[in-house]
Amino acid sequence: MSFYLAFKEMWRNKGRFFLFSLVIALITILVLFIAALAQGLALANKEYIEKLNADLIVFQEKVELSTSTSRVGLDKLNNLRRVPGVADVGPIGFSSGSLVFADGQEALDVALVGVQPGKPGMPPVYNGNSFRSDRGYYAVLDGSIASRNEVKVGDEITIKTIVGSEDKFYQFQVVGVTDGRQYLYQPSVFMPLQTWEKIRPQASIEGQNQSDLVSNVMAIKLTDPENWEAMAKTIESQVSGIEVVDRKTAYQSSPGYSAQQSTLNTQQGFTLLIGILVIGGFFQIQTLQKVPQIGMLKAIGANNKIVALTVIMQIILVTFIGVALGSIGTFLLTLGLPGSVPITLTGSTAILTIATLLLIGPIGGLVSVRLAIKVEPLTALGM
Amino acid sequence: MEPILRTDAVTKIFETGTLIVRAVDQVSFEIQPGEFVALVGPSGSGKTTMLAMLAGLLNATEGEIHIDGHELGKMSEQEKTRFRREKIGFTFQANNLIPYLTALENVELMLRLNSTNSKFCREEAKKLLGRLGLSDRLNNLPKQLSGGQQQRVAIARALIHDPSLVLADEPTASLDTERAYQVVQIFSELIHEQKRAGIMVTHDLRMTQYVDRVIQMVDGKIYQIIDDRAEIDAMAAGGRFETAKKVEEKELKGGVMGALNPGLAPVRG
Ligand SMILES: Nc1ncnc2c1ncn2[C@@H]1O[C@H](COP(=O)(O)OP(=O)(O)OP(=O)(O)O)[C@@H](O)[C@H]1O
Ligand SMILES: [Mg+2]
Repeated sequence: MSFYLAFKEMWRNKGRFFLFSLVIALITILVLFIAALAQGLALANKEYIEKLNADLIVFQEKVELSTSTSRVGLDKLNNLRRVPGVADVGPIGFSSGSLVFADGQEALDVALVGVQPGKPGMPPVYNGNSFRSDRGYYAVLDGSIASRNEVKVGDEITIKTIVGSEDKFYQFQVVGVTDGRQYLYQPSVFMPLQTWEKIRPQASIEGQNQSDLVSNVMAIKLTDPENWEAMAKTIESQVSGIEVVDRKTAYQSSPGYSAQQSTLNTQQGFTLLIGILVIGGFFQIQTLQKVPQIGMLKAIGANNKIVALTVIMQIILVTFIGVALGSIGTFLLTLGLPGSVPITLTGSTAILTIATLLLIGPIGGLVSVRLAIKVEPLTALGM
Repeated sequence: MEPILRTDAVTKIFETGTLIVRAVDQVSFEIQPGEFVALVGPSGSGKTTMLAMLAGLLNATEGEIHIDGHELGKMSEQEKTRFRREKIGFTFQANNLIPYLTALENVELMLRLNSTNSKFCREEAKKLLGRLGLSDRLNNLPKQLSGGQQQRVAIARALIHDPSLVLADEPTASLDTERAYQVVQIFSELIHEQKRAGIMVTHDLRMTQYVDRVIQMVDGKIYQIIDDRAEIDAMAAGGRFETAKKVEEKELKGGVMGALNPGLAPVRG
């Protein structure tokens, strides 16, 4: 009965209800886009750190966990290794450069990441091989570079760094390709730590002896990852001058990460709120216009259940159609966007967002349901 | 024969602040199956209040209402809602029809409410609309129908589910004279044929030519019940002034309420 009434009314007023579904579709697109942007930006920021095969990250103390300011000398490596419960330690250095291409392709800004083969920090190689020693001009590429710029294992690449005002060019051989490993919005090029040390922009200023070698951070693998909190404290107390945190704390402290995510989340929240108000308003006006009709229905014997269910079904149908249209619209739009736009939407986030969107209808419509229930059948008699 | 409707000293008192209104005062009457009754009287005399109580939409302050052997006062709200959709047919002055349902669907609505919309019932609905001269209007929406056609659809809806009691609140109020006659005539025919008990509230005494009995109310009380055919016809034919005058005299004697209702003219148009 309720479904019959709900459906008939929508069918006979297709234009109005479809237009309203479109409004919900637009809200859906907006919300999904913000969610995808938040997730995409977050991923671009933290991807490498998040995927790191390590339980703890060691920073220099008092640098507010800034990877670029942090310096951890390789002399700490042995001290860290000796702490009971530490399984392995790998130094990691970050700097930036760009990939230049001979065929006129635009240069690509990349993160240059120095790691030791086989140590924490070195990403898994899915295509080709890892480099074997701490030296040599061999590189493992971020999967996104390989696919976007069509570079394959065995190719020669040219990396440009800027020292002072001087451009320096280095030839590397691509030995392997890993998956997506962006670091601070740039795709990564992995190389042996000592090679990294030589070509990084600051190379001319700092010393180059093995003993003076520094990395920015160190990645630690624990024998018992569950116990990371206690281990962080133990390591900090046994090795001086360092601060030890887990991966999540590390990427959340990266510049602008929290501010950016909370801004986007607030935007998303507001858009959802607007959605609730828009749906609420529409159905409230709609219900107010139907008061005489609802009174008549009750007078001829329709109970509150029928009346309320009719309103609820319409709200659910309209919201469902709107959200479905919006989701399809979002999907089509993302297909048309260039790969450089940082939007990512994993299944779980998409499902969560869509579920939330489906909820705003019923929440917004509660007022109308109440209104419909409160209509007196006596209104049919003009009393 | 058992009457379908019996009211027993029904009284409705409205209290608003310090003002106490006896809108319906000790009203008792009976209606037999196949009997069509007009409820007339000046504005404020309690007609609508009476109708609302008969439909179980208002609770009587005192007295009893028996319909088909059930006493309304003993029913819960839920039971009354169910009773309305099963045993009562209703037409209203305005907003009778659901605007997004066709004529046929509006009639079927009553069957759907009672979960009996079988093919057979559908055919019955079509037949009834045919009787009311709407065969070629089955699939029109209310806005595509004239006022009189809408009232006829409402009449079909009020009769389709086999109700015992049919209540009509000023069914001709928005119609011109010609259409008003048509609508009430067919209404009367169907009520007699199907042996329902019908009550029609009306301001227009000319419509009483189609009823069997006229109950005239004044100040919430039954002023007179006219069941003599000649008297009813005289009333319908224009003898109405006489009746109206009688009422006026009585009201003036009655004092306060008379003063509140000076221009006593139960006839329109
Ligand atoms: N809800 C209410 N509260 C207080 N008084 C009411 C209420 N409803 C009706 N009344 C009063 O009860 C009396 C009867 O009203 P009712 O509407 O039944 O008259 P009526 O005969 O239908 O009049 P009309 O011909 O104008 O429709 C009037 O004096 C009216 O003011
Ligand atoms: Mg009235």
